[in-house]
Amino acid sequence: MSNLDAATEAIASHLHPTASYNLADHALPTGKEEIWRFTPLEPLRPVLEGASADAELAWSGELPEQVSHAELSKEDVVAAGAQAPFDRVAAVALDHAAQSARIDIPAGLEVADPIVIDAVGRGGTVYGRTLVNVGAGASVTLVLRHRGLANYGELTNIVVGDGARLNFVSVQDWDDGAVHAGQHSILIGKDARVKSVTASLGGKLIRLMETAKYAGTGGELEQFGVYFADAGQHSEHRLFVDHNLPNTVSNVDYRGALQGEGANAVWIGDVLIRKVAQNISTYESNKNLLLTDGCRAESVPNLEIETGDIQGAGHSSTTGRFDDEQLFYLRSRGIPEAEARRLVVHGFFADIIRRIGVPEVEQRLLAVLEKELDAVGLPAANNEEN
Amino acid sequence: MSTLEIKDLHVEVETEAGPKQILKGVDLVIASGEVHAIMGPNGSGKSTMAYSVAGHPKYTITQGSVKLDGVELTQLSVDQRAKAGLFLAMQYPIEVPGVSVANFLRTAKTALSGEAPKVRTWVKEVNEAMSRLGLDETFSSRSLNEGFSGGEKKRNEIVQLELLKPKFAILDETDSGLDIDALRIVSEGVNRYMAEGGHGTLLITHYTRILNYIKPDFVHVFVDGRIVTEGGPELAENLEVEGYDRFVKMAAAA
Ligand SMILES: Nc1ncnc2c1ncn2[C@@H]1O[C@H](COP(=O)(O)OP(=O)(O)OP(=O)(O)O)[C@@H](O)[C@H]1O
Ligand SMILES: [Mg+2]
Repeated sequence: MSNLDAATEAIASHLHPTASYNLADHALPTGKEEIWRFTPLEPLRPVLEGASADAELAWSGELPEQVSHAELSKEDVVAAGAQAPFDRVAAVALDHAAQSARIDIPAGLEVADPIVIDAVGRGGTVYGRTLVNVGAGASVTLVLRHRGLANYGELTNIVVGDGARLNFVSVQDWDDGAVHAGQHSILIGKDARVKSVTASLGGKLIRLMETAKYAGTGGELEQFGVYFADAGQHSEHRLFVDHNLPNTVSNVDYRGALQGEGANAVWIGDVLIRKVAQNISTYESNKNLLLTDGCRAESVPNLEIETGDIQGAGHSSTTGRFDDEQLFYLRSRGIPEAEARRLVVHGFFADIIRRIGVPEVEQRLLAVLEKELDAVGLPAANNEEN
Repeated sequence: MSTLEIKDLHVEVETEAGPKQILKGVDLVIASGEVHAIMGPNGSGKSTMAYSVAGHPKYTITQGSVKLDGVELTQLSVDQRAKAGLFLAMQYPIEVPGVSVANFLRTAKTALSGEAPKVRTWVKEVNEAMSRLGLDETFSSRSLNEGFSGGEKKRNEIVQLELLKPKFAILDETDSGLDIDALRIVSEGVNRYMAEGGHGTLLITHYTRILNYIKPDFVHVFVDGRIVTEGGPELAENLEVEGYDRFVKMAAAA
């Protein structure tokens, strides 16, 4: 939001890119840039270069009658004070999107059941431009499920009004060949509470820039993520929490499991605590479980602190294989190896999955988790000697 | 009537400087109905024996055998050893995040007995076992050992002992870190387990206090990777007064 940006001083940072609505400010990457160096660019070519859109996602879902939806232009996005694109894919999507949606949840509306929206691809290059306005004091759960096949570039902005509560779940449950890149940005109003869950389960390449910043003091963000990367898949989540106002809270917890040759996961967790952002607290955590040989996880937490006057700031990052001690303990109680591994992996994700709060989505995640474990080809329970 | 027979057990661990021998020929026979206490200085290899018998991957058995009712355990996987009837209460029980105690216990019971326990009676059984050990019902929905106090972890080991009913239990310093009441509560758990019959216990400890609650039939002194002497309960009393000095010197001279 322009007046907000003016209020918070611009700071030169090497950690996160500068946002701009102008496509010309986002050069075509070579792969050497800090923000692109982990990403395989080849599958992204069409959405980076701005290949013309030749398809759409089929959107479906039922909105409560008080909730309205409409087309959304680039100008609307700018006018709404939404977050400008941080990278080229989002900038291309903003300019090129043939498919757009503006969803308005009126102030004070409380919706008990989750609003579930399905976006299904049937191949082709698709750009999406989405804006969700959650009115002041409203309380909703919004689930966005991506399925099917597409080369999808998008920019989704969510503007959360003062005192509102939003539970936002984005599921990337694509078919094998799909590419999904873009940006999800949340602007958190005064005293608003936002919980977001990002679940990236399938697709050839997923690269999401997920950003959050505050439009008022007292806002709280809980941001959870789960991702599975299989052989040949690339799953990338780049987070940027901008503590641009005092008394704000963020808590980030992403967990991933990787298996198979060439399975790749990237997690970047940038947190910026600006000079004005006194008395904030933030914690970010990323854990990766490597289920087989041949997979690779990058995990880079970054804390940039411009003021010492805060409640707390911390981060942790772990990447590892199964914990031998845990497996030994379970097996020493008679639990066969394959089952012990299952328990440990379920346990690893349990904390996140139970926070989703949408049973349908939780069950889907558990089912995919089962499939992942089957695919690992764990040794049969009783054929191993010590 | 069952027997656990450890014979000439030699065990190495991998260190940065190459393999290091820890156990240098342990011989020990336990029959069901018996409680054997093992005492010995820090670092003498007591936990190494417990872990290697249970099949921990860190330890390599280079010589000797461990038989439970004639079945060679060293040829079996960790879980197969448990199925054969072995249980190890660990000195430092492991935390397993996200796996509830209830789920863990049900999975273990199912694996050991080959069929799922009947829901109604099982839940009752679990709750009763936990309450006997002074753990309230909230523990069953908590992650296994995660955030448990040292004493709570030890109590949880004995809950498992009572529910899983192995033929032989190795208790590695289960009494360490327990308050006075917990020591009694845990001891009573072990005594109940023994009273069921057909069970044997190998109790590794540094303190004679627990031996006032759990009466050992035999006491073994463990020094430098082997048993250097054995006797009745009076041996423990002796050690309390004299310490290990005599045995350490003996072992060094040997
Ligand atoms: N990886 C290792 N490298 C070097 N030494 C090791 C390694 N692992 C174990 N040891 C050594 O093996 C010895 C036996 O350890 P163990 O834990 O069995 O002793 P313990 O008798 O149980 O002692 P405590 O009474 O303190 O529990 C110790 O001296 C220990 O330092
Ligand atoms: Mg020990």
